[in-house]
Amino acid sequence: MSTTVSSSRSGNPQPESAGKDASAATVSAKPVSWKTPVLLTAFGLIALVFFGLLAPSQTASFGISTGSDFFQLPALEVNAFAGGLVLSILMLGLAAYAVYLKTRDKAAPGWLTVAFIVLFVAAFLIWVVGGARTPSISLAGLIAGSVTLAVPLVFGSLSGVLCERVGVVNIAIEGQLLGGAFTAAIVASITQNPFIGLLAAAVAGAAVSMVLALFSIKYLVNQIIVGVVLNVLVSGVTGFLFSTVMQANKAQFNSPPGLDIIEIPVLSGIPVIGPILFRQSLVGYLMYIAVLVVWVGLFKTRWGLRVRAVGEHPQAADTLGINVNATRFWNVTLGGAVAGIGGSFFTLVAIDSFTKEISGGRGFIALAALIFGRWNPIGAFFAALLFGFADNLQSIVTIIGTPVPSQFMAMLPYLVTVLAVAGLVGKSRGPAASGIPYVKG
Amino acid sequence: MSDKHSPKHSSSGPAGTSRQASSAEEQTAAVVSVDTAGGAMEPSAVPATAQSGQLPGGPDTLLRKIFTGSGMVSVLAVLLALIIGGLLIASTDKQVATTSTYLFARPTDFLAAVWNAATRSYIALFQGSVFNPRGNGIASQFAPFMETLTIATPLITAGLGVALAFRAGLFNIGAQGQIIVAGILAAWVGFALELPMGLHLLLVLVAGIIGGAFWGGLVGLLKARTGAHEVILTIMFNYIALYFLRYLLNTPAFQRPGESNPISPILDPTAVYPQILGSQYRLHLGFLLAIAATVLVWWLLNRSTVGFEFRAVGANPKAAQTAGINVSRSTILVMAIAGGLAGMSGVAQVAGTEKVLTDGVAATYGFDAITVALLGRSTPWGTFAAGLLFGAFRAGAVQMQIQTGTPIDIVLVVQSLIVLFIAAPPLVRAIFGLNPRRRKPARPATSREAATTGGAA
Repeated sequence: MSTTVSSSRSGNPQPESAGKDASAATVSAKPVSWKTPVLLTAFGLIALVFFGLLAPSQTASFGISTGSDFFQLPALEVNAFAGGLVLSILMLGLAAYAVYLKTRDKAAPGWLTVAFIVLFVAAFLIWVVGGARTPSISLAGLIAGSVTLAVPLVFGSLSGVLCERVGVVNIAIEGQLLGGAFTAAIVASITQNPFIGLLAAAVAGAAVSMVLALFSIKYLVNQIIVGVVLNVLVSGVTGFLFSTVMQANKAQFNSPPGLDIIEIPVLSGIPVIGPILFRQSLVGYLMYIAVLVVWVGLFKTRWGLRVRAVGEHPQAADTLGINVNATRFWNVTLGGAVAGIGGSFFTLVAIDSFTKEISGGRGFIALAALIFGRWNPIGAFFAALLFGFADNLQSIVTIIGTPVPSQFMAMLPYLVTVLAVAGLVGKSRGPAASGIPYVKG
Repeated sequence: MSDKHSPKHSSSGPAGTSRQASSAEEQTAAVVSVDTAGGAMEPSAVPATAQSGQLPGGPDTLLRKIFTGSGMVSVLAVLLALIIGGLLIASTDKQVATTSTYLFARPTDFLAAVWNAATRSYIALFQGSVFNPRGNGIASQFAPFMETLTIATPLITAGLGVALAFRAGLFNIGAQGQIIVAGILAAWVGFALELPMGLHLLLVLVAGIIGGAFWGGLVGLLKARTGAHEVILTIMFNYIALYFLRYLLNTPAFQRPGESNPISPILDPTAVYPQILGSQYRLHLGFLLAIAATVLVWWLLNRSTVGFEFRAVGANPKAAQTAGINVSRSTILVMAIAGGLAGMSGVAQVAGTEKVLTDGVAATYGFDAITVALLGRSTPWGTFAAGLLFGAFRAGAVQMQIQTGTPIDIVLVVQSLIVLFIAAPPLVRAIFGLNPRRRKPARPATSREAATTGGAA
């Protein structure tokens, strides 16, 4: 792909030049691009001007402790002007280091980009809060809320990881979430048992996935097409059944008992970390377990090696005796089950009933998190957290009243994703065989 | 025209020779399927010879040929989708539930109830979309059909945009965002500027097309320059456009004075499409423009150099590059033209049907356009026909909901099932028991046959 781009950029797509480019690309293993240093400098300057020099001189206050913590910490008070200035200078320092590395022909290390993003987010937060009518928010609440909002995103992106790592593009995450949410609501309502609802959600997500697997693996229909169409199909079926079945008898079919928040004694009282890690619903705890299990499974077990082999080079995997299409089928099904559990979060934890389109496009954000997290479960988890954070921040800044329109806050995850896929955080490259059906022989 | 036959030269074996006798339509379908294969998969993954819809195993009887041809599969796919939709309607019907309690005592009652539930809805759908016999006079009886054409208008143009991108091997999921950006620009020109009749409307149209082309072209540019996948880009751009529209509708420049809801002023009378069949129908000039756009896209794809390049890039970008085609330029250009076509839908919405700008300006036309293009097999006239069909579904569904209480969502179910089944002919043939008898089991018949659906949408 890189050869195509570089040769076409030069504007003379003659066969010889294309061949030359290709050979050049193979000789000099990885030419360090100017992209990262330049982008970091640009964002550092933006931060310096807007978050530093043009910042309001109010003091932003971030509450760290909540009432239920077993010891209280004082709120963090930052002068918006000074804080913005210090943070943006730190950012420019990082950018300068990246430029220095580039002049020595070295790529910027991964931690540098991550540190830059963290600083940028912090500066942005101080700027937003500092410019608000009431310049005070609860940091603990912000972070806890972000994790809550990120739960379905994490499950969705894990589903994407499981599918894409095995070579099947999963655009149907949205449909799997929606199917899981609907099934969880209706089954939990009928049985009056949220745990059966949770199980049913996994089955429903797996069922959606099986259709994806059947059409893309057995009938070789283009995976993106099947994914897009499946989203429409699930939206139609759940919408139809919602209007006919659920609305006709809400008490019987659409009042699922919720999954309670389980507090782990003592540990849940730790400030900031307590509510995130130890005051979650069953689905929230499952999220942490799922991230770890998928990561260990993919990178530390024989199963994971096989899965990745199928996703990167199915011919080689087949030669080694791995049944490519069976591996793909069951992995995609597993991914659907994971996304289905994520969907149950909407109806069993967040809201107490199902409504049309309850997933509201979060499947697509999960897809973005998957790419932003570079097809890695841990990366996807943090990307999903970042998007959950943006989502939560959007609702909080509307309450405290800031100059930034809430619509732009809502736009952020998508803008960030565009920047990510366009190469801000290095080249995001998916599994090589993702999207390509495997025909034996 | 000669390029159309190029995939055939590489064909071999009995399938290749028997194809000479097949109709021209089938050849077109074959070319389409070859072209769309370029989307996400390596072209080599699906041999071009395997995409003809031709079945392995030598010549069959004429009857079997008719029933297994790709046209018949389309018809059967629609039928199958309607049957499944009908079963879904019946499964939630009260009469069906009542009769099912004595199913074994009187099964005919149950079956009659199922039949009634499904057909009642579909008859209402037909009456709401084509012909209403209870109407007052012929004008009123055909009013539903005019409504179908009105709703089909944005579906056709946006569908053409998606189809054109498919042919160049690009998945344009972004028609939704392109419609929105076009709607923003067209609406602003429509209500903010004061210009004479004719010029004003022209400017509205141009602004909309430029808006859509910009939004689509931006995706093309990013893809060409950075290699980012267009599916992700277009999905993200849809949301960015939507939130931008929501922001604008809360600013003084766009919000209607004295209105607290996010809604724009009504477009000036000089800026809206004239109603072409009198004021009793909503049908507007946009429909004629949609026909013109279809002709234009047909010409572009089949008669122009640029269109040939698009198809070459779609069939095999690497080969196209080697042949001296500028792939980056094609990518940017095709996305811009696709965006411009979707932009026409945005204009049809704000200057034709709605006459105002709201955050629902694109409704779900952008997403429906994908299914329209897929059903139309990415050919201009196929997309046109598919747009009419889905327009009829949309128009009829409203009447169906009023008359029988069947929710509009059933249309989504039927629509998506149609596309799924059309994409997998072997499945449809298997369901109707039409799969060809296999003469030589030694041949890798299953994989070959499955490959007939390769990239075919």
